[in-house]
Amino acid sequence: MTVQTGIRPLSVGRRVKDRAVQGLVYLAFAIAVVPLVSVLWMVISNGLKRFDIEFLTHSMRNIGARDAGGGAYHAIIGTLEQVLLASLIAVPIGLLTAVYLVEYGNGGRLSRMISFFVDIMTGVPSIVAGLFVLAFWILVLGMPFSGFAGALALSILMMPVVVRSTEEMLRLVPNELREASFALGVPKWRTIAKVVLPTAFTGIVTGVMLAVARVAGETAPLLLTVFFTDSINEDPFNGPQMGLPLYVFGQSGLPQDVAIDRAWTGALTLILIVMLLNLVARLISWWRSPAKRG
Amino acid sequence: MATSLPKTEGGPALSRSAYRRSRGDVPFRFLSTASGVVLLAIMAAIAVFLVVKAIPALQANTSHFLTELTWVPNATEPVFGIGALAFGTVISSFIALVVATPVAVGVALFISHYAPRRLASVLGYVIDLLAAVPSVVYGLWGVTFLVPFMLGPSTFLNDYLGWIPIFGGDSVVGKSMLTASLVLAIMILPIIAAISREVFLQAPKIQEEAALALGATRWEMIRMAVLPFGRPGVITAALLGLGRAMGETIAVALIFPATFTISFRILSPNGNSIAANIANGFGEATDVGRGALIASGLVLFVITLVVNTAARLIIARRKEYARAAA
Repeated sequence: MTVQTGIRPLSVGRRVKDRAVQGLVYLAFAIAVVPLVSVLWMVISNGLKRFDIEFLTHSMRNIGARDAGGGAYHAIIGTLEQVLLASLIAVPIGLLTAVYLVEYGNGGRLSRMISFFVDIMTGVPSIVAGLFVLAFWILVLGMPFSGFAGALALSILMMPVVVRSTEEMLRLVPNELREASFALGVPKWRTIAKVVLPTAFTGIVTGVMLAVARVAGETAPLLLTVFFTDSINEDPFNGPQMGLPLYVFGQSGLPQDVAIDRAWTGALTLILIVMLLNLVARLISWWRSPAKRG
Repeated sequence: MATSLPKTEGGPALSRSAYRRSRGDVPFRFLSTASGVVLLAIMAAIAVFLVVKAIPALQANTSHFLTELTWVPNATEPVFGIGALAFGTVISSFIALVVATPVAVGVALFISHYAPRRLASVLGYVIDLLAAVPSVVYGLWGVTFLVPFMLGPSTFLNDYLGWIPIFGGDSVVGKSMLTASLVLAIMILPIIAAISREVFLQAPKIQEEAALALGATRWEMIRMAVLPFGRPGVITAALLGLGRAMGETIAVALIFPATFTISFRILSPNGNSIAANIANGFGEATDVGRGALIASGLVLFVITLVVNTAARLIIARRKEYARAAA
């Protein structure tokens, strides 16, 4: 080894390599953004063609594939009901599971097992969740195709997301708060209900909203459980319903231009709903982020 | 964390307040434990009910389920097998992975080490948006834009690189294995990028600074301090992306030409996947047909289970990654 005095300039080879990698990294980001821009641009430009009052207030009843007009009211109603029902099932179970993992589990065998299977459950393909509800709810129990069956499938996809995000938020709650509450003689369950959960509340809401946004766009499980209908069915417990993703899938499989236009507008409506949920989630987390609270 | 909490039940003398405490605690503890158990039960039920409904169809099958290529479960003499579907699922996901991983790692490095600090989180959010687009929208985009668009590049590949077997073949179409794989690649890119980014951000700062202080260029610093640290995380991210690609349904259901052949010619009109076949075949399926689709779903469930478990086992060995994959 030679001791060098002063700083020698970088050799050309090293400098070129450094610049080349920098170029590649920038290129990778550009490549990733291209499809996003393309998708969003096409959805907006094609979707606006039919984004009118009729689309938002009418169903597809008595409208043939070749007819212009028609709308997605039945699908919007269906999606909102299905997602709401799915949340009503998944959020309490997910929340309580997270409470178990953080407050009661203590790293025991059961909690490690649940934790592991929550991870595995995150990876269950959405179509498999749909097949499960089809096999269990519709084929074995003999229930009809309905919005509720779709909600069951969606809730399976929501649960692990809710558990993971809630768990993370609960672990951020400082232990001092719990200890202070115990020192005042407050029982553990009241400490959790009155101190821990309220402290983590905004974070939990954000996680739930992101989970809702994730399942709102799911098509595959609905295909097997909700089935198709062109009419308005406001009762999620009886008879086939429609969902916005299903509507887009159905229309985009047709060769007619009017159907494709409807599919684009359906896609625009769906993206607006999903983006809105995402935005609300981000706003809530930004508004009450721990960093801001200080 | 919770382990350091004092025990709330018990104590030397069971006072009145301690009694009230446990009276409220027992149901609450029971409820939360039960919720966790419900989750486990659902996972078990998925496996059980898929098996239960698949068995009658498998018994009616007149061919061997694992090796048969064709899929005619609705005939009076049902013949169906997972062969071609499983092949298509694995190959399309694998191509998607090969395409998406380098780009995703580049994106992750860009956000963690190249982009200006202030912009990084915004740019990260832009990439996350890719994951927020519903899969049916990718399907619609794929069918109306990417399928016709890919005809040009595919013909080019076939003309000039046709001597490589996978680009060979006489007929070149837009609705090909390659197009479907590209859509899958776009869909799994944000997942791989997000996990890799978290891992790269956790690389020890002190080593990065040491490398820079010794005169390393930025790339040399990344190669010496960031990439070795992040490798298991990137592998996990890729496996999770692979699992997601295999289960992806609607986008590829619209693009795959839905054939039941095994061919490595990714530009020719062949290709299908388990999930796409379920979505396309469910409408006209009879009882046996539904059972057959459920049987194929069971295979998909098992494959994704294996891939995801492998990913989780890699991550479990490095505790510091645990947050990144959540």
